[in-house]
Amino acid sequence: MNWYVIGLQQLINGLALGSVYALIALGYTMVYGIIKLINFAHGEIYMLGAYLGFYAITSLNLSLVPAMVLAMVSAAIIGMLLERVAYRPLRSSPRIAVLITAIGASLLFQSTAQLVFGASFKPFPQAIPFTRIQLGPVFTTNRQLLIFGVAVALMIALHIIVQYTTFGKAMRAVSMDKDAAQLMGINIDRVISITFALGSALAAAAGILVGMYYNRIDPYMGTMPGLKAFVAAVLGGIGIVPGAVVGGLLMGVAENMVVAFVSSTLRDAVAFAILIAVLLFRPNGLLGKNRTEKV
Amino acid sequence: MNRRTMYTGLALALIYLLVHGLQAFGLLLSYHVQILSLACINIILVVSLNLINGFTGQFSIGHAGFLAVGAYSSAYLTVTFHTPFFVALLVGAIFAGIVGLIIGLPALRLKGDYLAIATLGFGEIIRVIILNTQAVGGARGFSGIPNYTTFGNSYLLAILTVFVIRNFVNSDHGRACLAIREDEIAAESLGVHSTYFKTLAFSLGAFFAGIAGGLFSHYLQYMAPTSGQIGFMKSIDILIMLVLGGLGNITGSVIAAVVLTIVPELLRGFAEYRMVIYSIILILVMIYRPDGLLGGRSLGYARLKNSIEGVKAHASHK
Repeated sequence: MNWYVIGLQQLINGLALGSVYALIALGYTMVYGIIKLINFAHGEIYMLGAYLGFYAITSLNLSLVPAMVLAMVSAAIIGMLLERVAYRPLRSSPRIAVLITAIGASLLFQSTAQLVFGASFKPFPQAIPFTRIQLGPVFTTNRQLLIFGVAVALMIALHIIVQYTTFGKAMRAVSMDKDAAQLMGINIDRVISITFALGSALAAAAGILVGMYYNRIDPYMGTMPGLKAFVAAVLGGIGIVPGAVVGGLLMGVAENMVVAFVSSTLRDAVAFAILIAVLLFRPNGLLGKNRTEKV
Repeated sequence: MNRRTMYTGLALALIYLLVHGLQAFGLLLSYHVQILSLACINIILVVSLNLINGFTGQFSIGHAGFLAVGAYSSAYLTVTFHTPFFVALLVGAIFAGIVGLIIGLPALRLKGDYLAIATLGFGEIIRVIILNTQAVGGARGFSGIPNYTTFGNSYLLAILTVFVIRNFVNSDHGRACLAIREDEIAAESLGVHSTYFKTLAFSLGAFFAGIAGGLFSHYLQYMAPTSGQIGFMKSIDILIMLVLGGLGNITGSVIAAVVLTIVPELLRGFAEYRMVIYSIILILVMIYRPDGLLGGRSLGYARLKNSIEGVKAHASHK
C-alpha cells in the first residue's frame, strides 16, 4: 500500500475518532466558557454514558436510538447533580479549589464505577450489524459513518440551541459577562445547570458511540479521551463552540497519523505535545481572539 | 546551635531509634519498616510539591514526571555502572531538577488551570518517553534494581528535604515566592522577578521529587511505565496528600503523607473503597475546609511551647 493510501485511510479513521473528541470537547468548552472551570469529571460522564447505554441495551433490551436517548437524559441529570453538589458551593472560591474538587469528582465517578460495574472491561453489544464500505483503495465502515453522522447531527442541534433559542442567548450572555447577565434578569444558576446537562448529554452520546466502535467499555475509558478532548477544546480556543469541533477533528486526525506513520506508543503523547505547543504559541487557540490581561 | 534545633534533632533521633528498637524487639516487622520508608518517600514528594503548589501558588499536577526522571536515571546508574547509591540519587535529583527547569521555563508563563493541564501533559510526555526508551526496559519495565532504600536513608533524606524547604520558605527567596502566590502582579511591581522565583521553586521541587524517585525505584526494585507507579494517578495521589495536609503547610504535608501511606495498608481489605473515600474527602475538604484538615495551622516549636505553657498556666490556677 502506498503511503498516501495509508494516509487517506487514517484520515477517515481520524475523522471518526475526532468527531468523538469533538462531542466531548463541546462539553468542556461550554462549561469553561460559562464558569471558567475545567470540568475534570467530564471524561467520567462520558464513561458513565457508555455504561448507561450498555445497560439500556442489555438489561432493558432497548434498540440503539432509545438507549442513546435514555443514556443522554440520565447523563444530563448526573451532570446537573454534579454541578449542584460539587461545583456550586465553590463558585466564589479560588479557581484552584474548584479544580481540585473537579479532580475529586472525577476520581469519585471512576472509583464508584469500578465498584459498581467491576474493574474489568465489558464487551459492548453490537446494536447494528457490521458492514464494510469500500471506497476505491480505502474503506470505511457503517459504524464510522454512524459515529460521524450522529456527531454531526448533535453538533447541528447544539448550534441551533446556542444560536437561535432564548436559552442559547442567555447562555451566551452569561459567558460574556455573568454579573451583567444577572442584572438583566437571567437566572444564572439555571443557565449553568442546563449547560452542564447539555455537555453531559453530548459526552454520553460519545461514550456509546465509542463503546460500539471499539466493542468494549471499562471504568477507566474516560480518562484519556477526557484529557484529549480537553486538549481539543484548547486547540480550537476554549469557550468557543465551533473551536471544539475543529480542535476535536484535528486531534483525531493527528493522533491517527502519528500512530500510522511514527509509532503507536506515541498515541497519547501527541495530544499533550499539541497542547503544550498551543499553550505556548497560541494560548487562545486556533479560533480564539487575543485578549489583553487587565490588572 | 540553639535549644530549638537541639530539641528537634533529639526528637528526630529518638524516632529513628524507636523504629529500630521496636524492630529489634520484633514489635515492628520488616514489612512495617518498609511502609515507614515509603512514608518517608511520600513526605519528600508531598513537601516538594508543597513548595511549588502551596508556597509559590503554581499549580502543578505532573509531579510524578519528576519522580520518574529521578527513579529511572538513578536506577540506570546503579544497575549499569554500579554507582554508589548516594551518587546515583544525587545525579538523578540533579537530572530531575534540570528537567524541571526545562519544563518550568516555558510552562510557568501559564497560570492556574492552564498550567495544571500543561504540567499534566509534560508528566505524561515524560512517561511516554520512558516507555519508548529501550535502555531502561521500555514497556517491559525496568527490573533488577538493587534494594538500596532503607528506612535509615529515606528517613534521613526526608528530614533533609523538610529542613531545606522550610529554610527556603523562610528565607527572602521564600518570601518572594509567597508574594508571587498572593499576587503575582503586585509582587512584580515591587521588584520581585517572578519568572526567576517561579522557575527556582519549580526546579527545586523537581530536584527533591527526583531524590524521592531514586529512593522509590530502589525501594520497589522494579519500575513499570504502564502501571500507576509514575503516571497521572501517582501525581494525583501526591496531590491528595498535599491538599488534605493543607496547601502551604509543611507540618500538614508530613502528617498527611505518613497517615495516607499507613492507613491504606491497614485497610487492605477495603482497597476498592479507598479511592471512593479519598475522592469524597477531597471534595468535602475543598468545600468546607479549603485550608486542609489542619486548617492552616502548623505544629511548630513555638506553637508547642505556647500550648505547654498554656497548660501549665491553667494547672497553676487550680
